[in-house]
Amino acid sequence: MAEETSNAEAYWKANLRLIAGCLVVWAAVSYGCAILLRPLLSGIPVGGTDLGFWFAQQGSILTFIALIFFYAWKMNRLDKQYGLGE
Amino acid sequence: MSQFAINVLFVGASFALYIGIAIWAKAGSTKDFYVAGGGVHPITNGMAIGADWMSAASFISMAGLIAAGGYANSTFLMGWTGGYVLLAMLLAPYLRKFGKFTVPEFIGDRFYSKQARLVAVICLIVASVTYVIGQMAGAGVAFSRFLEVDATTGLIIAAVVVFFYAVLGGMKGITYTQVAQYIVLIIAYTIPAVFISLELTGNPLPPLGLFSTHEASGEPLLSKLNEVITALGFNQYTADVDNKLNMVLFTLSLMIGTAGLPHVIIRFFTVPKVADARWSAGWALVFIGLLYLTAPAVASMARLNLVTTVYPDMAGQVENVEDAATNPILYENRPEWIRTWEETGLIQYEDKNGDGRIQFYNDKADYSDRGWAGNELSVNNDILVLANPEIANLPGWVIGLIAAGGLAAALSTAAGLLLAISSAISHDLIKGSINPHITEKGELMAARISMSVAIVVATYLGANPPGFAAQVVALAFGIAAASLFPALMMGIFSKRVNNYGAIAGMLTGLAFTLVYIFVYKGWFFIPGTNNLADTPENWVLGISPLSIGSIGAIINFAVAFGVSKATAEPPQEIQELVESVRYPKGAGTAVDH
Repeated sequence: MAEETSNAEAYWKANLRLIAGCLVVWAAVSYGCAILLRPLLSGIPVGGTDLGFWFAQQGSILTFIALIFFYAWKMNRLDKQYGLGE
Repeated sequence: MSQFAINVLFVGASFALYIGIAIWAKAGSTKDFYVAGGGVHPITNGMAIGADWMSAASFISMAGLIAAGGYANSTFLMGWTGGYVLLAMLLAPYLRKFGKFTVPEFIGDRFYSKQARLVAVICLIVASVTYVIGQMAGAGVAFSRFLEVDATTGLIIAAVVVFFYAVLGGMKGITYTQVAQYIVLIIAYTIPAVFISLELTGNPLPPLGLFSTHEASGEPLLSKLNEVITALGFNQYTADVDNKLNMVLFTLSLMIGTAGLPHVIIRFFTVPKVADARWSAGWALVFIGLLYLTAPAVASMARLNLVTTVYPDMAGQVENVEDAATNPILYENRPEWIRTWEETGLIQYEDKNGDGRIQFYNDKADYSDRGWAGNELSVNNDILVLANPEIANLPGWVIGLIAAGGLAAALSTAAGLLLAISSAISHDLIKGSINPHITEKGELMAARISMSVAIVVATYLGANPPGFAAQVVALAFGIAAASLFPALMMGIFSKRVNNYGAIAGMLTGLAFTLVYIFVYKGWFFIPGTNNLADTPENWVLGISPLSIGSIGAIINFAVAFGVSKATAEPPQEIQELVESVRYPKGAGTAVDH
């Protein structure tokens, strides 16, 4: 029982770490590159405009998709590793 | 065959398909009615979520708003996709593990309180009804165009169709019709975009076309667009915005609202396993992304086409853009699509300087030197996507297709929302607190009556909506963001937040957000009852009513933690419940719900 509890705790901590990492990327592409940091990226041209505009209208969406699949894949491994899957 | 006949044919055929599927999979028991009998594959479920999600706001309205606002309205693109990241990581898998029918049920159990469940029902209904108002406004536009009637008649027809569609179906029918609707709407959205992208840039993929060279002028498409519209006094399309605070808060509000909207969350209860809930969110975003990556291309290309239709001299390589901008077309030579949309009242022309030409420009800029006396063409943003194929002179069947797609988008989401409303009332309110011994039949009846009431209210308010379809929907997201999302998230990630905290948090978040919205948009969205004009000068710290949900959510979190700290911690069994929600092991099968 005790071992199972510490196992579960470790699993949850690992999950929280993973979520935190993913959300840093999530915020960096949308609030960062696409909005707040756009003036800094304005020197990088992309098809008639700048990189910030690309992130706002395309880059952030592509990153979001990649993030979710990465998280799902990683969590499946954690489920197995800690023996807490279904 | 006339355009009208083609429209009727396409819309009729797509409806026959949905109704056929609905009959084939007719809802049997109440369980089927709510959660589609369980056991839906993640890819299928992802597609159904896509159809549920992409409403009139995404399909009909969003590209029009991006076309009008340019970069500044990228918020819709990021906000309505970024929420899925939160959903996949913060809510969906845990709610699936918990394994109940509805969102208020989770809140009621986790916060061990009937009152909490009741407050969640109220939040859910306010957010969903606001959302349906936006859908009705969008569906009204689509019906008015394709049946060639005025906007109000279009709205009433839309209400009747939604009524039959949602009230007589159920979730089980809906899951498979949603898949069919997704396919119809994504084809309808992308085909015109591919044609237009080919015409303008030679690139068949619209998201790449957006950043390619405009063939007629040899310039990058977006530079060409900037050049053309600035010559008419508009802001640059790609111009940065000054009010970054509002832009961040608006995006955040849409994102957390996405994760708090009950009709999307309910979909994650239908997958067989917890792991599938995570994959479902990913697949949903893939299917949603197909439209959301196309939309910005549609927006910029439609804007360019619209302007060059009125000012043909600006279409190709232009020596002097200022000169080219002085020669708009004669009103009597206007293209057919302007004529048809004039009938709906959604395009209006007034010859202010009496020269018989269409001066279409930003009249905040002064062009009296060109002999212009004000903008003469007003175009409702919500028509842009529907008119897009006509503006680009595409064949009649493409126009019929887009009518069918727009209606699919509006109907599928309206149906999903009405289902969430009706299950909140019949399952959470009546069965959960008023009459626990209600029969299955009685529960179904209550569900149908509440749907009908919601449709009537939404139609009434949809006649004079508090904004364009996508803006009304954005308000609904703000409300969900400020009320439901924080309660759900704290319910999973904190063992300390208790019943008092959750209730106080939801109520303050909801009340704060609603009051701020009503002050600018009118009390209960009734036109003319607003206290302050809805203009940026009046907004507190420049925060628009569309963005206020983020602040509401922060208040919700703060109040909930504060109150919980001051009161007793949740009982042991609730802390164990929170613990169990966190691990997939031991999840019940979806069918056993």
